Amino acid sequence: MTKNKSKAWLYLLPALIFLGIFMVYPLFDVIIYSFEEGYNSASQTFFGVGGYNFSYVLHDPYFLQAVKNTLILVVITVPVSTGIALLISLGLSSIKKLKELFQTVFFLPYVTNTLAVGLVFMILFKKTAYTEGMVNLLINFFGGNSVDFIDGPYWAKMFVLCFYTVWVVMPFKILILTSALASVNQDYYKVARVDATPRWRVFTKITLPMISPMLFYLIITGFIGAFKAYSDAVALFGTNLNTAGMNTIVGYVLDMLYGDSGGYPSYASAAALILFAIVLTITCINLLASRKNVRY
Amino acid sequence: MKVVLENLTKRFPNSNKKQPEVIAVNSFSFEIPDGKLIGLLGPSGCGKSTALNLICGLETPTEGKIYFGDTDVTDLPPELRGVGMVFQNYALYPHLTVRQNIMFPLENLKGDKKLTKQQMLEKAEEAARLVQIQDYMDRKPSELSGGQQQRVAIARAMVKIPNVLLLDEPLSNLDARLRLQTREEIRRIQRETKVTTIFVTHDQEEAMSISDLIVVMKSGVIQQIGKPQEVYDDPVNLFVAKFLGTPPINVFFGSVKAGKLYIGKEAVLDVAGVEDRDVYVGVRPEGFWLAEDGALTCNLHAVEVMGRDTSVVSDHEALDSITIRSIIPAEEQVDTSKSTVRFNLKPFKVELFDRETEERIYFEAIEPSRVAGRDMVSPDGKQ
Repeated sequence: MTKNKSKAWLYLLPALIFLGIFMVYPLFDVIIYSFEEGYNSASQTFFGVGGYNFSYVLHDPYFLQAVKNTLILVVITVPVSTGIALLISLGLSSIKKLKELFQTVFFLPYVTNTLAVGLVFMILFKKTAYTEGMVNLLINFFGGNSVDFIDGPYWAKMFVLCFYTVWVVMPFKILILTSALASVNQDYYKVARVDATPRWRVFTKITLPMISPMLFYLIITGFIGAFKAYSDAVALFGTNLNTAGMNTIVGYVLDMLYGDSGGYPSYASAAALILFAIVLTITCINLLASRKNVRY
Repeated sequence: MKVVLENLTKRFPNSNKKQPEVIAVNSFSFEIPDGKLIGLLGPSGCGKSTALNLICGLETPTEGKIYFGDTDVTDLPPELRGVGMVFQNYALYPHLTVRQNIMFPLENLKGDKKLTKQQMLEKAEEAARLVQIQDYMDRKPSELSGGQQQRVAIARAMVKIPNVLLLDEPLSNLDARLRLQTREEIRRIQRETKVTTIFVTHDQEEAMSISDLIVVMKSGVIQQIGKPQEVYDDPVNLFVAKFLGTPPINVFFGSVKAGKLYIGKEAVLDVAGVEDRDVYVGVRPEGFWLAEDGALTCNLHAVEVMGRDTSVVSDHEALDSITIRSIIPAEEQVDTSKSTVRFNLKPFKVELFDRETEERIYFEAIEPSRVAGRDMVSPDGKQ
């Protein structure tokens, strides 16, 4: 028994070493950094230990802006993308002709490079010397005034960011949901038909509960993903997100480390821990909610 | 409610488009009397489930008509036919309790049929009592055994009091002991409610044991319809004969010459009224009669004592199947020291079939005196 146990640990060792070096150690390091006030990475010195870093970060208007942006992004994109993905998956699973074609089309954004997608969105939304951008041309066509989506008002920029995020995260959700829908035993639908169940009731009482585990999985991972948003904003608004007012929490952390005003690992660590706390809280709430609703 | 099928045909296009269409159900015509339990019986892929789906309305027939009572329901969708259906895997909603499952069909009722919550609860309770599942109303299906799930499925199908109850392979997911118990249960429920019930099975024993009528199918075509015992005693062709009965019928290559039936070189039976020809000879396991000077000599393999009776396993050169399995009363002693065993055949347990068409050939069974034995004698001593 003990021999077996030591063997087991031996087999686990490579993974444990890697996890220890690249996950556990940095995690503790981040916690330590976040409490070291005035830490200087060049001289490896600090003044004292305390909560000042957190207080600084929480009073930094850039950080507050980043939190606001991230929260708006999360609150809008997670429900919208999951909802639209569900609608599209339902549509996909009810058509027969050209199903494969549509599945491929809907899956394309998943395999496309983020920056390439960003470029496409530039063409759609960015005003240049030569063109107003596709979307503005459309708005003009219907008699509206042009909106500068990239350098213009906050709501326009936020709209583009949300639109972009929804579009990018959708393929994966569609993929998961179509396979979840396909795995529902057809006999349930046959029984429902024999019992004259109205379509809406079939959807709410049979389809939704049947795919609810997958749905909750998507919502939880969606929340976590949206909280970690960064590259999408960069692809749209460039690296100077603070100036654009479109920074995210992860963006703020990166700026604190490497940005023009960077070199503050303590502030970065504190911000990262705050993000961690937020994500942990939301995930716990999600899990509690799913335990109530996913019932088998 | 009686169910009438008229020339019912269902053709499916072949997935390989160059191949001809698949005829799953080929001009079915029969009438199911009101309040009877009917077993649709056949090997897998013979179209029996398709036939059931046609009656249910989940499939639309290519040709033909279906009547419930005097109403033509051919073009009605399943929800308007008033059928209850139990699927092979029960299809109970896993996220709902037993009570919610049973109430589900009631909650779909609309208009003047709409029930109050109280009425629904009462009806669900009633249906649950019918199948004796009332003690498990608040459990989830996953907390029930297979047999209990089966009952819930039946209760859900019965709760609206359907015109016709359809059961697709109702027992195939149960273990042997539960199967026996559940089939009696189905019989009881059917008797109590008098709902016309059609069930599909590939297990002939299951069909024989509880059905009022059995319908034997083969590749979409009805072979024979009748009471189980009649079909067993009087099959119309070799397929039906082979399909019914455990152990199965023993089939020999035989020939008829001058009114005598030959199996191999031995004349085993007088078969009056049959012209000389090659035949298949089907002998039921209980059609063998142990005799010192028996006409049929077989190579003895084994004697299996079952307690109630004895099963003799042997073979013969003219045998179509692998071994002969004959069942004789437990009192009979087989001399296991010999390598052969000799039988006479009971004429009423012997059936002849055409070698080409496999159709039944009827003959006048005469009781030859040398075969006459104890159990062939009628109670008053006459033959």
